[in-house]
Amino acid sequence: MNRLFSSFRAFFAALLLITGTSVLAQDHGHGVEGHDDTHEAHAAHEAHDAHGEHGEHAESTDANAAHDDHGHHEEFVAGDFIIHHIADAHDIHLWGDLHIPLPIILYVEGAGPKIFMSSAFHGHGHGDKHAEVDGIDYTMHAEDGTTADGLAVISGQITAKSEGAVLEVLDFSITKSVFGMLVILALMVWMFIGMAGYYKKNPGKAPKGMANALEPLILFVRDEIAKPSIGDKADRYMPFLLTAFFFIFFCNLLGLVPFLGGFNVTGTIGVTVALATLVFLITNLSGNKHYWGHIFWPPGVPVPVKLILIPIEIVSIIMKPTVLMIRLTANISAGHIIILSFTSLIFIFGDNGNAIAAGSGIGVFSTAFMIFMYFLELLVAFLQAFVFTLLAAIYFGDATHDPAHH
Amino acid sequence: MGALLTPALGTVVWASIAFLVVLFVLRRFAWGPILAALNDREASIAGALNEAEKVRKEMEELAASNENQLKEARAERDRMLREAREMADKLVADAKNTAREAADKEVAAAKDAIALERKAAIAELKSEVGNISLDIAERLLRDKLESNDEQKALVNRLIDESPLN
Repeated sequence: MNRLFSSFRAFFAALLLITGTSVLAQDHGHGVEGHDDTHEAHAAHEAHDAHGEHGEHAESTDANAAHDDHGHHEEFVAGDFIIHHIADAHDIHLWGDLHIPLPIILYVEGAGPKIFMSSAFHGHGHGDKHAEVDGIDYTMHAEDGTTADGLAVISGQITAKSEGAVLEVLDFSITKSVFGMLVILALMVWMFIGMAGYYKKNPGKAPKGMANALEPLILFVRDEIAKPSIGDKADRYMPFLLTAFFFIFFCNLLGLVPFLGGFNVTGTIGVTVALATLVFLITNLSGNKHYWGHIFWPPGVPVPVKLILIPIEIVSIIMKPTVLMIRLTANISAGHIIILSFTSLIFIFGDNGNAIAAGSGIGVFSTAFMIFMYFLELLVAFLQAFVFTLLAAIYFGDATHDPAHH
Repeated sequence: MGALLTPALGTVVWASIAFLVVLFVLRRFAWGPILAALNDREASIAGALNEAEKVRKEMEELAASNENQLKEARAERDRMLREAREMADKLVADAKNTAREAADKEVAAAKDAIALERKAAIAELKSEVGNISLDIAERLLRDKLESNDEQKALVNRLIDESPLN
């Protein structure tokens, strides 16, 4: 255990050492590339839609040249930079211009399911991106707002147009967060089925290796979360609690690994919505007479108070999982935002490369603080997994609690 | 900001499907066997601890019974020693008594014998005295003839010589 722990420690120390530099390197790219959104570039792009990549590159080089002439025209906007990094995306942006394309899966009104890679989208920097597949024009919007066709869109949303007519689109793409989630789930299947195999092969023996590393966490979920909260019926809920705990914990850790494109799986609200919905369903489907009695006729209070409490209790059915969902997303996103904010400080003080001394000076301070934040985020990664699982367990416990037993 | 706060339909759908699939796969192939193995191991450890406790108690009992046996043995030994001593004392006393009785008997027999001897001696003495008296009387009678003085001196001498005193 000790040896495992020290190798983990060495690994994390190495990560932390390179993190400061890597974040600098990654985002230096953003500053210098000077992604622009100028009308000229757009016009050029739209005119040469059919040119393909080579044409594109030529255009973008021109645009960059033009941008450099403009000097300070594009400011570094920390807010946009941070949101861009924590929001879900249709590809994985590693650094500079290096993107890993992901499958775009759309259900387009009248055209059925459409599957293509995100590399089909072309566009300049942070502006809207366009793709033309099977005669349908797709636009991936960069900003929240309203399109020329009067559609309200949010950043990252894909809209489709065919021969001038707007088509309704349902987006089932494997986005960055979905991809990260699938990777983590696959990793869990591999790890835990392997672990189960180890136990089958070595019955009654002390665990070794991965089983040894994971067993304390499994026991922690069982003995510190499930049993105190649910009691005798804990075994029924153990699979969900264990899966949720490890899923959240590993996704949180994945978000802290640099060079992987900054996954923010548990900070993506869609993922936590799914988890919270499951908690909601399990809680209410396993609710016993006593649980519903507490909601629709709270015992031990006068009737007028009951009338006040009933709506509150009913709202709380929805509110409890909603709070779970928001807490997890907000905490994980907040950690990323703080780390990115300290990164941004370097560029703000460095004035986009014009005040290198100030940038370097603040860089030392920012990096030190980021290292501290990384340690804090390691704690938060565990803590949020723990809190989510514990509260889910308490809700399950409330739903199945039998007062006659106590 | 909208993208951060709006749950994307695709993400929710994928997350739900993927999570549920993994949940069921892990429940069937991982959590079940792992939790069962952990329970089994805990049960076997608890069993082993109980067993150890039981053995320890047994050992204690054994030690206690050994101690008791030792005590009993010691008491038995003491008792046997005491009895042996008593028996020896009794034997000695008996022997002494027997010896005393025997001695007393001997003494009594000796006394009887002495008394008999004495009677015999006295009887012999009497007859001896008679004989001496007769002898004296005979010699007196014989000397009487010669002189009175001589007779008297003779009687006195004879009386002096006689072993009567």
